[in-house]
Amino acid sequence: MARVGAVIVLMTILAALVGPWVVPYDPADQVLADRLARPSMRHPLGLDELGRDVLSRVLAGARISLLVGLFVVAASAGIGTILGSVAGYYGGWIDELISRIIDILMAFPGILLAIALVAVLGPSLTNVVVALASIGWVGYARLVRGQVLRAREFEFVQAARALGAPVTRVIGLHVLPTVLAAVVVQASLGMAGAIIAEASLSFLGLGVQPPTASWGTMLAGGRAHLLDAPHLTILPGVAIALLVLGFNFLGDGLRDALDPQRPHH
Amino acid sequence: MPVVYDRPAMWRYLARRLLLTIPVLVGVATLVFLLIHLVPGDPAQSMLGEGAAPQEVAALRSRLGLDQPLPVQFGRFISGLVRGDLGTSLRTGEPVAASIASRMPATAELAIAAMVVALLIAVPLGVAAAVWKGTFVDHSAMTLALVGISIPNFWLGPMMAILFAIRLGWLPVSGRGTIAHLVLPSVTLGAALAAILARMTRASLLEELRELYVTASRARGASRARAVWCHAFRNSLVPVVTIVGLQFGSLLTGAIITETIFSWPGVGRLLIQSINFRDYPMVQGCILLIAITYVMINLVTDLVYGWLDPRIRLA
Repeated sequence: MARVGAVIVLMTILAALVGPWVVPYDPADQVLADRLARPSMRHPLGLDELGRDVLSRVLAGARISLLVGLFVVAASAGIGTILGSVAGYYGGWIDELISRIIDILMAFPGILLAIALVAVLGPSLTNVVVALASIGWVGYARLVRGQVLRAREFEFVQAARALGAPVTRVIGLHVLPTVLAAVVVQASLGMAGAIIAEASLSFLGLGVQPPTASWGTMLAGGRAHLLDAPHLTILPGVAIALLVLGFNFLGDGLRDALDPQRPHH
Repeated sequence: MPVVYDRPAMWRYLARRLLLTIPVLVGVATLVFLLIHLVPGDPAQSMLGEGAAPQEVAALRSRLGLDQPLPVQFGRFISGLVRGDLGTSLRTGEPVAASIASRMPATAELAIAAMVVALLIAVPLGVAAAVWKGTFVDHSAMTLALVGISIPNFWLGPMMAILFAIRLGWLPVSGRGTIAHLVLPSVTLGAALAAILARMTRASLLEELRELYVTASRARGASRARAVWCHAFRNSLVPVVTIVGLQFGSLLTGAIITETIFSWPGVGRLLIQSINFRDYPMVQGCILLIAITYVMINLVTDLVYGWLDPRIRLA
């Protein structure tokens, strides 16, 4: 399953990278006379409500999805790992403070806080990344805090401290490598979550703004044409589901491979 | 076990869990209060639009108390909150609390229906996967579950609408009123949860099936079906019940999208409409209500779990 996931993810990355060079249409070019045209030889996935080539837009959307996922996961994992290790390593009031902030942010279900943040900051791609990262780091911080609490007691960590190594060296060189596997698994599953979240926000009109192509905005645009042009809704949805499934497979596989305590299938 | 009747331990657990909820609620309220101050520029100007006259903007700023110092604004917000006063909608002029309250039954109805749908799909699927572990049934069920988690509800909804409402004409596309109206939204909302619960049910039942009491009942001559249903299945439900509680809150956010797709007149749709109109008091009210409901459901889940499982409250 992990291999299937890796193949899906790699294919999508490849399509996003070379796709725009292969497909002869600009994702923003409009041919209003042919709007809502069904798939044909010239336009394998048809045209949308403004006469734009759906295949070009699906490929352009792949770039947006992957980029948003990458930025959100990198920011969330970075912030979460730093705050989680500080909380876990130092304990005391700083742990108490970070843990209470985590508790409060965890009290918001799913992407509600992201919706709230984008609602006030205004809809845009940057604000989507900011909003998703500002809730995304919490999961990593909690995970890393727990792992660091455990790692702090390892003998080689205590030995490094006893030898007088500076805190940054102890955390960076001795503690963090022990939590890396868990963070990588979380990041793979986090990509899936970020991609769905971006598409959700864009679908609600709170994310990527037209004319930029995003799978979420394409689905929103297709809603008015369920009857006369279902291909507008079917294809971006398949693209989202496939990529998310790919990252979920990959995450599940990595978890099985990297966690020595779990039985291998 | 004598600890089951250990009332002081249960009360201590109850008190500790309730006390832990207070800072979370205060934090949630503070964040929601601060939201309006994250609006770039002047929130009053933003709500009225760029073309609004300066007098109008000043009047709105004063009406919302935005011209007061921050601590005063916060004090007013909290005291209003305690009295159930969340301000007035800029769009309709109605009290925010009353507008939300009138939409609550629709959201609750949708969330409960989605939970029922999720359980009806997940439990048989999870049990079948566990009982026939490693077989074709197991692999199919778990692949189906992973697909279910990966399919976004804003795609599943329109797809089902195309099939069941437009092509087959069996169900209405949108609106609320009859049971038929509830089918598509609740399946859309419940599908992802069904997938999570199916995986959970499978894992939990597999764990119970490995326990000695199951082997013992088989040794006493109980049939496999009896060992599964009468012994392992009941015990395997405890963690599933917890997940049901914890996931109920996530249904509230899923409802935001589902309500938008099917024009379901609930709190989620009200939130999105209010965001589009920059009706910030209503946005704050909806976010606050959804978050508080989520915290409360989690609290009740924890308490029920503590009551079901003495190890939790003694920890």
